[in-house]
Amino acid sequence: MAAERALQTAGGLWTLIVSPTVWAVHFTLCYAVAAVYCAKAGGGQAADLLPVRAWIAAVTVAALAIILWSGHRALRQWSAGAVDPPHDAATLADRRRFFGLATLLLAGLSCVATIYVALPALFIGDCR
Amino acid sequence: MTASADDAALDQARQQAQAARLRQVWATPGGWRYWSAVNNSEVGLWYTATAFVFLLFAGLLGLLIRVQLAVPDNDVLSAELYNQVFTLHGTVMMFLFAVPVFEAFSILILPEMLAARDLPFPRLSAFGYWCFLIGGLFVCGSIFFNAAPDGGWFMYPPLTTDLEQSGIGADIWLLGLSFIEVASIAAAVELIVGVLKCRPPGMRINLIPLYGWYVLVVAGMILFAFPPLIAGDILFELERLLDWPFFDPARGGDPLLWQHLFWIFGHPEVYIVFLPAIALLAMIIPTFAQTPIFGYSWIVLAAVGTGFLSFGLWVHHMYTTGLPAISLGFFSAASVAVAIPTGVQIFVFIATLLVGRATFSVPMLFACGALAIFTLGGLTGVMVALAPFDWQAHDSYFIVAHLHHTLIGGVLFPIIAGIYYFYPFITGRKLSDRLGRWAFWLMFVGFNISFVPMHFTGLRGMPRRIFTYPSGLGWDWLNLVSTIGAFILAAGILVLVLDVLRPKGRQPYVQRNPWRAGTLEWLTEMPGEDWGVRSVPIITSRYPLWDQPDLMRQVDEGRFYLADAEEGRRETLVTSVLDAEPMQCLRVPGNTFLTMAAAGLTGAVFIFATFHWWLATAVSAVLALVAIVAWLWTGTAIIPEKPSKPVGRGLELPLYASGPDSVGWWAMFITMLGDMAAFASLVFGYFFYWTIRPDFPPGPDAGPGVAWPFLALSLILAAWALTLAARRWNRQGLSQNLQLALPLAALLALAGTAALLAGPWQAGLQPQAAVYPATVWLLAGWTACHVVIGAIMQLYGLARSLAHRLTPAHDIDIRNIALYWHFTALTAVVTVAVLALFPKVA
Repeated sequence: MAAERALQTAGGLWTLIVSPTVWAVHFTLCYAVAAVYCAKAGGGQAADLLPVRAWIAAVTVAALAIILWSGHRALRQWSAGAVDPPHDAATLADRRRFFGLATLLLAGLSCVATIYVALPALFIGDCR
Repeated sequence: MTASADDAALDQARQQAQAARLRQVWATPGGWRYWSAVNNSEVGLWYTATAFVFLLFAGLLGLLIRVQLAVPDNDVLSAELYNQVFTLHGTVMMFLFAVPVFEAFSILILPEMLAARDLPFPRLSAFGYWCFLIGGLFVCGSIFFNAAPDGGWFMYPPLTTDLEQSGIGADIWLLGLSFIEVASIAAAVELIVGVLKCRPPGMRINLIPLYGWYVLVVAGMILFAFPPLIAGDILFELERLLDWPFFDPARGGDPLLWQHLFWIFGHPEVYIVFLPAIALLAMIIPTFAQTPIFGYSWIVLAAVGTGFLSFGLWVHHMYTTGLPAISLGFFSAASVAVAIPTGVQIFVFIATLLVGRATFSVPMLFACGALAIFTLGGLTGVMVALAPFDWQAHDSYFIVAHLHHTLIGGVLFPIIAGIYYFYPFITGRKLSDRLGRWAFWLMFVGFNISFVPMHFTGLRGMPRRIFTYPSGLGWDWLNLVSTIGAFILAAGILVLVLDVLRPKGRQPYVQRNPWRAGTLEWLTEMPGEDWGVRSVPIITSRYPLWDQPDLMRQVDEGRFYLADAEEGRRETLVTSVLDAEPMQCLRVPGNTFLTMAAAGLTGAVFIFATFHWWLATAVSAVLALVAIVAWLWTGTAIIPEKPSKPVGRGLELPLYASGPDSVGWWAMFITMLGDMAAFASLVFGYFFYWTIRPDFPPGPDAGPGVAWPFLALSLILAAWALTLAARRWNRQGLSQNLQLALPLAALLALAGTAALLAGPWQAGLQPQAAVYPATVWLLAGWTACHVVIGAIMQLYGLARSLAHRLTPAHDIDIRNIALYWHFTALTAVVTVAVLALFPKVA
């Protein structure tokens, strides 16, 4: 299938954005569930957020697991830094290393950003 | 004469003949036909120049604001005119300068950076430009008729949905800008395909100029950020025009939905304008440091990371709307996190300057000024990202100071650095170094005198958007200082304008590659030729002009690909996404007035609709459709006279490709991703109302029922299946089956549309009565429009097949139509599930 082939050739681009996409999905799941819960759960502003906080803990663990997995794969693709950047040779190997490094860096950023987004659940206990 | 001298003479004659043919094929038309040009060098130049004219216009409006605020109780402007002036100032700066100038500049320079002859859809660029010009003049011109929008650049309802409080200006804003947003999305599609598919052979994705990475990220952001605004505009205009109560709390609506939709667009927008400006710095700084960028992968990290994180910030514009603290927490966290990739870029630039030996010419002055101002704006940004601080500073001049630091430091200064840097590329001559230094210091000093005091004015409590203030509140002298600074800043811009416009006929052309840059756009001759690049080189480095010795001579001698135009056609190379292996010799269409006509007629639809001239609107809509179909019919999916041609160096490439191998398929795919984003925004609206209203939906049986929607879905899915069958039959050589299947599919599609609309019709849902019926009609109507367009496409495919322009071997049209139908089928499935099933489970 030509479409599959196109996706395969674009493979590096898709793996590059796995971890930021996970961040985005995690963000949406935290925000949407908290917003719907506070609007629908009853109890108004005093509603206890415990179920939402448990949910956020669960999706955060899942998100971090995927991000770490993506980062681990990227680390291997980058050959764990065996070759120093800038990876600017016109070779397949350097193209792979470049993608590995960029994916790894993005996994790091996504990891930090995901933890940031989860932090409010540590401190905020109700819907005020 | 010796044999080798003979060969050399022959070779030279051959080269000259090739150059003459290329020159003729790519020639810019003269006289009035000049305006039919679609080549990127002309369209990009018009586009950039027009965006700058809008910048100057909006700058003058800014000066008017400062004049009015210079002293307490001033009456230079009336309150009404002041409202129009500040609304238009923000609107024009954001919609008519900051976003378009990125697209304009990219259309101008991106093909040359990639050593491509043109972008893959030159006529689409031209169409986008004419849309931009028409829409921009319409919006700007309104102030001369005292009819400009006056509700602020983010147009919050209920002020702006109140027909007593807001006149036609609000409609001009909504329709004029929607029209321009469509043009922005068109340009984004063009630029994404350009970066992915039109690179020179060998330019693997780890070698593309950083500008290309930024273009990719920013165009992708436009694709997901603009559609929510278009969706919001639709809701808004339906409320103003037909009284559908989306934002009216009395009938179940909520003005906050507009704030969500606007800022889901509006915050990514900030990065949409910021990242391309940073991209210019990423090109300029290595040149003046005479060293490769230090940390290429880090820049890619920053660009991609910012692109994603910027979509998680929008509620930080809404901290004071009473959302639960936990929601504010998520957005505050993301707002702080986005400072990480932003900071990475600045450190990469500083590191590059430290590694290299920087020379401080005018572009570098502006680059450094940009970093200084932007850093301050970024730091106040982290301050207002924290909800408790924002509650104090919200809607005060502190915010005005913050946003002007980010926009002038992060956008305007880098762009002016870009003007000085790329001016020789465009005109063959340099701007004056002396005037440049004057412009820089006037602008830098003027900016700081004008905007630094605003932090204090804001902290002393001055709200934004007030047209005057009494004396004695501690704001008087701060405002006067700001006004003086604004005029110094304006003087700097005036020096720049004079330098750009002064006649330079007697000034000699500069030598080629005047800044000793390393990237491909500097292959251009002085003055440049219309063909862009003499032959498309093989690239093995990020900075080919530094690392590939003799590249310029070999390109000039036509030693690489597409050195000739034997058939008299405009051609460029299409390469693979990751490794830039040559795949196709793409024939791009030439000059035409059709795109201008299509843009004019489309513009007429929006303009007539603003004034409620419905007959004229309908006539224009039909004519616009005719113009677009004529453009598609004559200019796209053209069957070449032979299947392939030699492009040089012994390489033979196909002239025709369809499906995922073709640029058109990718353009359709990308466009439909944007379309899905708009649809998702409407569905978000449905569920937003569900969260805030206990009576949405009113009950399990209040909606359009189950029978009609599911009948509609069956018919629409049948039309989709028949389209797929037509594609398959066509490939098998059964053209007559396709010619039977497509009209049948179109009939099924139209029947499906009728059934879809029959649901709410039969249920007696009155869209004016409450927000639930309005939302049902909206989703059904959106889907119906898509299915009708799909039916028009099916009939177009039928006509193409009958005219032998769509054949078993040449099937671009049917494959793109099928791709469109995949998305339409998905839209229909989601719509029916939401409308028919959700009320049962809610």
